[in-house]
Amino acid sequence: MSFLEYAPAPESRAILSLKPEYGLFIDGEFHPGTGGTFETISPADESRIATVATASDEDVDAAVTAARRAFDKTWSKMSGRDRGKYLFRIARLIQERSRELAVAESLDNGKPIKESRDVDIPLVAAWFFYYAGWADKLDYAGLGPNPRALGVAGQVIPWNFPLLMLAWKIAPALAAGNTVVLKPAETTPLTALLFAEILQQADLPPGVVNIVTGAGATGAAVVRHPDVDKVAFTGSTAVGREIAKAVAGTDKKVTLELGGKAANIIFEDAPIDQAVDGIVTGIFFNQGQVCCAGSRLVVQESIHDEVVERLKARLSTLRLGDPLDKNTDIGAINSLEQLNRVRELSRIGDEEGAERWTADCAIPDKGFWFAPTIFTNVQTSHRIARDEIFGPVLSVLTFRTPDEAIAKANNTPYGLSAGIWTEKGSRILAVADKLRAGVVWANTFNRFDPSSPFGGYKESGYGREGGRHGLAAYLKGAA
Amino acid sequence: MSRTELQTLPERAVELLGGEPDDTTLRRYLHGLPGVDAVGLEQRAADLGTRSIKTTSKAWALDKIIELIDLTTLEGADTPGKVRSLVAKAMNPDASDPTCPRVAAVCVYGDMVPYAVEALGDAHGDPDEGGISVAAVATAFPSGRASLEVKLADTADAVAHGADEIDMVIDRGAFLAGRYGQVYDQIARVKQACRREDGSYASLKVILETGELKTYDNIKRASWLAILAGGDFIKTSTGKVQPAATLPTTLLMLEVVRDWYRATGERIGVKPAGGIRTSKDAIKYLVTVAEIAGEEWLQPHLFRYGASSLLNDVLRQRKKIATGHYTGSDYVTID
Repeated sequence: MSFLEYAPAPESRAILSLKPEYGLFIDGEFHPGTGGTFETISPADESRIATVATASDEDVDAAVTAARRAFDKTWSKMSGRDRGKYLFRIARLIQERSRELAVAESLDNGKPIKESRDVDIPLVAAWFFYYAGWADKLDYAGLGPNPRALGVAGQVIPWNFPLLMLAWKIAPALAAGNTVVLKPAETTPLTALLFAEILQQADLPPGVVNIVTGAGATGAAVVRHPDVDKVAFTGSTAVGREIAKAVAGTDKKVTLELGGKAANIIFEDAPIDQAVDGIVTGIFFNQGQVCCAGSRLVVQESIHDEVVERLKARLSTLRLGDPLDKNTDIGAINSLEQLNRVRELSRIGDEEGAERWTADCAIPDKGFWFAPTIFTNVQTSHRIARDEIFGPVLSVLTFRTPDEAIAKANNTPYGLSAGIWTEKGSRILAVADKLRAGVVWANTFNRFDPSSPFGGYKESGYGREGGRHGLAAYLKGAA
Repeated sequence: MSRTELQTLPERAVELLGGEPDDTTLRRYLHGLPGVDAVGLEQRAADLGTRSIKTTSKAWALDKIIELIDLTTLEGADTPGKVRSLVAKAMNPDASDPTCPRVAAVCVYGDMVPYAVEALGDAHGDPDEGGISVAAVATAFPSGRASLEVKLADTADAVAHGADEIDMVIDRGAFLAGRYGQVYDQIARVKQACRREDGSYASLKVILETGELKTYDNIKRASWLAILAGGDFIKTSTGKVQPAATLPTTLLMLEVVRDWYRATGERIGVKPAGGIRTSKDAIKYLVTVAEIAGEEWLQPHLFRYGASSLLNDVLRQRKKIATGHYTGSDYVTID
């Protein structure tokens, strides 16, 4: 037998007790929606998980009304210390229920359990702990003494890190004293609904957080609602543009965290095996469905062949399959729609003359899957070097000098993240200084911490989330 | 299985190094190797440590671990009686289960080799053929602080008494002082001292003592140096210095032998030694070998565990799989 064909090691689903149907979480209670229902499915086998309500405009209005009432009567009057207590309580409950949340996330999103267990859920708890600590220290947020909350925050989040994006949005909003109406993505509402149960468990005052499920129309209703003071969105640049238009001319404050096409720059003196691991983490983490993914490998010509050879060998050891198996490295693509987009852009890559290499792995019969893929011989003018693919597809470009590396890295309408690999410290500082990207990782990639601000340049959006900067997005100075 | 074409070894080293293996040439070569990022290396090791090995894979892994153990006693208090006891355990690890595989080798001090050979009797042989090898630590183990003449005599003595494998230590002082030529020369000379009367060679394991080299860059360079000089195996530690074997260190050494194989087509062995006490830990090493170097490395001539207490933990895990419950420590023999 082959040892490497590890026997199945599935995480048990028994820990999950899901309801067959979920309503909208408004004013501390679940209510049936008035906009019909939709099904959320598992992208790994297309099986139905639960039926979820679609929030109509009236439902969204009820949610915003509840949030406004909670803001006026309870949350804005509560001391920072007491708000912090609620946030600490939520953080602890997330830790206590972490296994359950990890299983739910992998089931609904398709990501490997090892990622939801070791990355997503621990970061969710870390985000709540971090901002819980801020709640009674807002005087030190850099906005002068006694900064005030904005009011009701309307938040729309994507499907790639469902619960983590919820935490990025809700934790700073609540710490700063705002109340929230949040819409999770249509394909991944499950963990947000479990989170609503956690809020009930934490005894959070009704209306402080409201969760409305649905598709794009529901999100638009949240964003456009006249009584929303702050809009926070993470998702595609196209939708981000619509939101920017919709809120133009209003008093609403906006933060947008949009797409990316990050360059991962490998210099010839890089620690090569760790750089190869970093490339893998950069683009194949979460099946490449990461806005800050290192989707463009910009490698020095002198080591191009060696890096590509090592990368192929490394990718051949990745395991694609059941997201709930603890040994799975590559899970399912979140939806058929997304899979079709990845396929379409890969086809365009072929047509443009780039050379495709795909890891040899068996694709399950059911569900949405795409094997890890590398395109070499990619030119800066190719669409696969410019468009965000949002899938496990890496485009390899080369450079000769540091100036050329910087120019190529910056030659994109996006500017969310970048990576630099070199053993030379001075080069890290010099190159990072010239990269127009919100986050620059040196000798690592896709690492997140609640104390570090995250956000984009150019078409990757505006505003910062995380750290003190993330708090400022939910506060106004006393003046 | 040892690197028999010794005549070609210096030539290949000269070719790879682009000159005679002196301090300057070796320094240029070893310092020209890509560096190691400690955070990334440790992250990768931690990731491999999360592999979940269950049911049939676990049963296979436990037997494989036993087949790859160098059952070791390296105490000042060792006696012929202690060695005979160790050998008996090596030949028959689980008295209650005849299907239990034998270990690969017993590892003892040089003066204990005759007793080990005698106690093994017909069982003495190549692990590939169902035998058990005798490995002897040599070259003024564990410190290596002796003249080259003493080290060579130490080695030749163990080989003459029937040792199949020599576990030598490098001169860490010379390595850290940058005297790479000296380290190279000593390894090459010890390799010569492994020659038997019939012209064959005892297999040479080169102990880097990674706990004294401290940095991953040093460990990587020492690994290359040991292989260039003719080592058949690179081994992490003597077991007398902390930290001994760690997963990131072993992973790094596996990357070196993988790269050497890609460059030359020749497979070099890796032996983590010291500190691997539980089946759970040993399985992490097995996973790392398979995913970094490849499954073909999971055989006694290419991978060994240097361990003493590990065997009993593996035996208890084996019983757990067979019977469904854990036994007390008195249900396995102490040695």
